Amino acid sequence: MNDKKSIVLYLHVHQPFRIRHYTVFDTAINSDYFDSAFDSKASNEAVLKKVTAKSYIPTNTILLRLLNRYPEFRFSISITGTILEQMEKWAPEALRSFQELVATGRVEIVAETYHHSLAFFYSMSEFETQVQMHEDKINQLFGIMPQVFRNTELAYNNELAKWAEAKGYKGILAEGWDPVLGWRNPNFVYRPTGTENIALLLKNYKLSDDLAFRFSDTNWSEWPLTASTYSHWLSETKDVNNINLFMDYETFGEHQWADSGIFDFLEHLPAEWLKNTQHDFKTVSEVIDSSPPVDEINVEHTVTWADTERDLSAWLGNPMQNSAINNLYSLTEKVHETDDLSLIEDWRKLQTSDHFYYMCTKYFNDGDIHAYFSPYDSPYEAHMNFMNAYRDILYRINRKGIDTDG
Amino acid sequence: MLGWELPPHNSGGLGVACFQLCKSLASNKMDIDFIVPYEADHSIDFMNVIPAIPQGVDSILKSGIAYDSYKYIYSNGKVKDFNIIDQYHAYSFAASKIAETREFDVVHAHDWLTFRAALLIKQKTDCPIILHVHSVESDRSGSEDGNPMVKEIEETAMLMADVIIAVSNHTKNKIISDYNIPENKIKVVHNSIDVIAQDNNSLVNSYEFLKYMKSRGYKVVANIGRLTVQKGLPNFLKAARRVIDVNPKTYFLIVGSGEQYHELVDLAAELNISDKVIFTEFQRGQQWRDAFKIADLFVMPSVSEPFGLTPLEAIAFGTPSLVSKQSGVSEVFKNCLKVDFWDIDEMSNLIASSISSDALLEELSNRAYDEYRVMSWQDSTDKLMNLYRHHKTLAEAAR
Repeated sequence: MNDKKSIVLYLHVHQPFRIRHYTVFDTAINSDYFDSAFDSKASNEAVLKKVTAKSYIPTNTILLRLLNRYPEFRFSISITGTILEQMEKWAPEALRSFQELVATGRVEIVAETYHHSLAFFYSMSEFETQVQMHEDKINQLFGIMPQVFRNTELAYNNELAKWAEAKGYKGILAEGWDPVLGWRNPNFVYRPTGTENIALLLKNYKLSDDLAFRFSDTNWSEWPLTASTYSHWLSETKDVNNINLFMDYETFGEHQWADSGIFDFLEHLPAEWLKNTQHDFKTVSEVIDSSPPVDEINVEHTVTWADTERDLSAWLGNPMQNSAINNLYSLTEKVHETDDLSLIEDWRKLQTSDHFYYMCTKYFNDGDIHAYFSPYDSPYEAHMNFMNAYRDILYRINRKGIDTDG
Repeated sequence: MLGWELPPHNSGGLGVACFQLCKSLASNKMDIDFIVPYEADHSIDFMNVIPAIPQGVDSILKSGIAYDSYKYIYSNGKVKDFNIIDQYHAYSFAASKIAETREFDVVHAHDWLTFRAALLIKQKTDCPIILHVHSVESDRSGSEDGNPMVKEIEETAMLMADVIIAVSNHTKNKIISDYNIPENKIKVVHNSIDVIAQDNNSLVNSYEFLKYMKSRGYKVVANIGRLTVQKGLPNFLKAARRVIDVNPKTYFLIVGSGEQYHELVDLAAELNISDKVIFTEFQRGQQWRDAFKIADLFVMPSVSEPFGLTPLEAIAFGTPSLVSKQSGVSEVFKNCLKVDFWDIDEMSNLIASSISSDALLEELSNRAYDEYRVMSWQDSTDKLMNLYRHHKTLAEAAR
């Protein structure tokens, strides 16, 4: 057993290639789905540059300083192929700052699909290709091989764990959702049902969401939250081996703005936590290496880290989302027959889960988080845009002499 | 209350809005005298509907549909036809005369035809007058100009009114820009709709041809309303042309009458889509309901629509809508598609893209129906009753 109480901080870095306002009159004429005007809400370049300035650069500056100041400080990130491509194109300084972090040897990169897709649920061969593409990209840009896997949106079940074990990963990440845990708590290393050689790390969503969702909420009873108070909560938490704080990277500076004090918080957290010599930080691999699983966790139905339902309904909850994704994956075989790499890549970029998230109608009436992150006026426009692009893919395949009806 | 029409003797949304609003007020224990400019049976039991009939006249009958004419039957047996302007003058005096014989706290008048009557009553009784603006002249004429006499009536009355109610922010902004009325005198009280469970499962439909073509994979896009400049139908037809270019299996159903009828028929021919555009005249009852039902998408492309009830009527039949952003209803109805009335490219894109996705039509319809189901006039009624109380108190204090 781990002799110390560890914070396992894991940050997820991702941006999709948003589809521009792409109309029925563009289909079969233009295939530039992802090229929005810079002043449009769907401009990938504009969003990336904004988030780079607000979040990536200031956060990486702090994280690098912390790594230099505290030899015990370490954490893990996952970073998708789609955002790496965007950084190479539009924000090389952001990419460099991530490379600097990883070069310290104390920042671990977690494996996932290149395109932040839900391919696991639709096409196993496509899924495996995208995981391989991601591994190649990470190896090329950072010179390391990921050891631990996370699926898009932390979408997890027993079958995925078995797959990851077979692929040789030492660990896999999931949401520490109460119905999954039963009487257990998320603060230990577990073993997925049906596996022998892979560990399961579960997000402590209460403590993670204090930062990711509640930090700047002035109506929250704990507002304003300081690093010393938060560190105190963590120390007081009983029955703990490791506290898994999993969240979007953009929590720092984008979801929680700089004026909320989130950067100060981050800057002071390691010092507060390390005041106690029984405390440390670990990457996901380190905690798995040092702590054998204490029990088995059985997840038959897919669990994700989204919404109060913690299922896939934010992406696949209504007929628009289902028809869009089913149509897209129905082309899997035919699109590969074309051997047209740029066509296949466009098709893959349409698999990014964000496209389906924008079509979510669950909370449209309340104007909540789903609406906030969407570049479209409504889930309906998101769907129409997507389908017009999908039909262009369909057209391109047929133009290659491959009959999609056959 | 001073009004111009009530169902079933209405030509459009004004009568429906007045009826449903009064019904809700009455259920909140408001006593209402509703003075209309004609005599007819409305089968209304929640308020007194009073015809404004001057002395020496036996009866006033309403004829015509859109902007109507009125048949005066005098006690001496003579019969005379009044046009809308004659009737406006006659109503003003007759209604103010009736007011002398009734007791009331507030006068609430709906649209310009009743505004002069309201002013006359204020002169006589000094009671507060509330003008309810369902549309202004620039809405109805579809341009800045409009009828100068009507504009003068609207301007004078609004200046004199104690308070003005606008049916949307859209209308409030028009009142300010057209007539320079101080903003704090105008309150927005959105229209709503009485939710009625419709039988949407009936297999019978009056539009047998369209039903048949739908079974062959065609889609139907409908507009139901008056054929006037305000309604923006030429843009709709131009969009229809582009939709048919990309999706030839589309029919357009246009239900209504009005001064633009011939112009629109000509335009459809000019665009070479006469075979795909079906004009019916103004319809009531089953044919009216079936038009909503047969449609896959309802489009309200209005140039300027103070509120615009038809998208809410459409969803009662399960049919989702595309509405112009220049409409009041777009301020309160979330689950519909929205477009600027002048943006023909986007209008055609939204029509063609939406009707090519059954999944979208289904989801849009379900979510819109969820919204519709919980609509009620109660919020609007509460706002109005507060205004009544406030102005009654002010008037009493001034006496």
